[in-house]
Amino acid sequence: MPVSKVLTLSPEALKEIDQLADKFPDRLAATLPALHIAQREFGFVSLEAMKAVAKALDIPEGHVYGVASFYSMYQKHPVGSFHIQVCTNISCALNGAVALLDLVKKKTGISQRGEVSSDGLWSVEEVECLASCGSGPCLQVNHDIYDEFVNEAELDRVLEACRSGQYREWAK
Amino acid sequence: MTSYRQKKDPQSYSFEGFGTPAFPNLMLRGAGNLDNWRLAIYQKEHEGYLGLKRALSMEPSQVIDEMKASGIRGRGGAGFPAGLKWSFMPKDTADKKYTRYLVCNADEGEPGTFKDRSIMEYNPHQLIEGMIIAGFAMQCHMGFIYVRGEFLWLIEKLEAAIEEAKKENLLGQNILGSGFNFDLIVYRGAGAYICGEETALLNSLEGRRGEPRIKPPFPASKGAFGQPTTINNVETLAAAAPILRMGGAEYAKIGTPKNTGTRIFCVSGHVQRPGLYELPLGVPLITLVKDLAGGTPNGKKIKAIIPGGASSAVFTESDFDCPLDFDTIRDRGSMAGSGGIIVIDEDTCMVQVCLRLIRFYAHESCGQCTPCREGCNWMEMILTRIENGEGRLEDLETLKSMTPRIAGKTLCALGDAACGPMDSILGKFRDEFIHHIEHKKCPKPSCQLVTYSH
Repeated sequence: MPVSKVLTLSPEALKEIDQLADKFPDRLAATLPALHIAQREFGFVSLEAMKAVAKALDIPEGHVYGVASFYSMYQKHPVGSFHIQVCTNISCALNGAVALLDLVKKKTGISQRGEVSSDGLWSVEEVECLASCGSGPCLQVNHDIYDEFVNEAELDRVLEACRSGQYREWAK
Repeated sequence: MTSYRQKKDPQSYSFEGFGTPAFPNLMLRGAGNLDNWRLAIYQKEHEGYLGLKRALSMEPSQVIDEMKASGIRGRGGAGFPAGLKWSFMPKDTADKKYTRYLVCNADEGEPGTFKDRSIMEYNPHQLIEGMIIAGFAMQCHMGFIYVRGEFLWLIEKLEAAIEEAKKENLLGQNILGSGFNFDLIVYRGAGAYICGEETALLNSLEGRRGEPRIKPPFPASKGAFGQPTTINNVETLAAAAPILRMGGAEYAKIGTPKNTGTRIFCVSGHVQRPGLYELPLGVPLITLVKDLAGGTPNGKKIKAIIPGGASSAVFTESDFDCPLDFDTIRDRGSMAGSGGIIVIDEDTCMVQVCLRLIRFYAHESCGQCTPCREGCNWMEMILTRIENGEGRLEDLETLKSMTPRIAGKTLCALGDAACGPMDSILGKFRDEFIHHIEHKKCPKPSCQLVTYSH
């Protein structure tokens, strides 16, 4: 597995995880939210990130590995500053998602999942239903931006907005 | 607060209902207005928290009776009567041995379904109100909203709405002077369709892999953290607010006798006006698809309609008149599911539709039970071969023989969900499969539904 540049959780993150754990009946329950925090801190969920979460919550490393490997939103490889996720499930596919994914790949120069463009800007992932079926095809940039009814002009606008710093970068 | 932006003019995305000024929508009030989520608007314009006030003046058991009288059936997929589900929680409220939990299933991920998202986006307070009512009825003091990880901006919105409610003493200690305490925690998932299954959701909520549990014990006796728990869908819980406000009997007058109330139908696919339509149960499918959603965009013939999310069996023309209620759709061999209606036009290759759906289940199978884990993968491989023109006639018999070996042989219904579309598409469009095999290619090369990069 790829090694992350960051190797430990920051004191702020540790405090955040502690406060989270206090909200739940037991510390194990904070595994998922703690992994989200670790992903933000480490850039992706590396083995070091999993170990740091296990230590912060005082739970077995194997448990954290099992959870991190189960859920697809914990990236196990580095991603670009703008991780573009294209839904190709049925409703989006009926409205051109396959062509959209090809277009995204062509415009970012990314050919497969796990690859990051040489300038570090882009990575692309094909994802399952994002619950935007009525406004497909849709894509999501990082964790907070949905773009719907995406055609080529809309895609160009999204990519330009990323380049010009209008969107929040991954893990920032 | 959030970087989500409204990009398209509202015309391209429909929020419509049966609402008239005399009989307004129950669920989608104010949808489309980005400020609609605020408490002030909810209280001023949408009769917000009146249902809660009425509920708090009653006994908890009377609130459950109201839900039973309303006849509302769960909007998440199974259609189980919600009032009955609430009554399964242990009755002895004096017994302090139990902590009871209420969980809202907001892991919306069934392909074709996008209703819960709009409730949380435009009416988060209606969900919060419904959850306080449910919490009071079952004497839970803690509620969780399990939201899928991708909905980060909705989580921010829900948390802001919860803060507003806390300030007005609608949440927290001694709510509105009633002596009832209730808190809400928003929990973020991490991208697993299976966590929409209630026991998988509970495992996920406990910080584990989202693998479904063996039932029994059912969640009402042993749920989250080993305690009695009730899990309801967002739409079901949000409906508790108008039900308590208007009274269960009044709510039951909407719809048909066994399928009461309104439901949010999500229309997508090859359709002129995709969007959310709140309608009384029992409206014919074709009325919704043709009259309300405008039929196909270019006047093409409709070939098939998926009536209840990707897991339901497809309907062909003879069933387009089917009334949209739980029972009739089931009697015609499909299911009302989560209300996701996907319209497919005549130029679509049904083998690709089938492959696209099965690939989803193969990808999302949690891997616990062999029939589902292996079966969905094998179905995907065989369908890929047929689509690529390399299929054999005996593949069709293999596919047909696989579904009874998956359905009903697993812990949860994900395997069954894959078999619904598989069986129905193979049964109703067998000639298309045979055409692929005999001509060694897909007859509709311009139809592209499947990628090869997964």
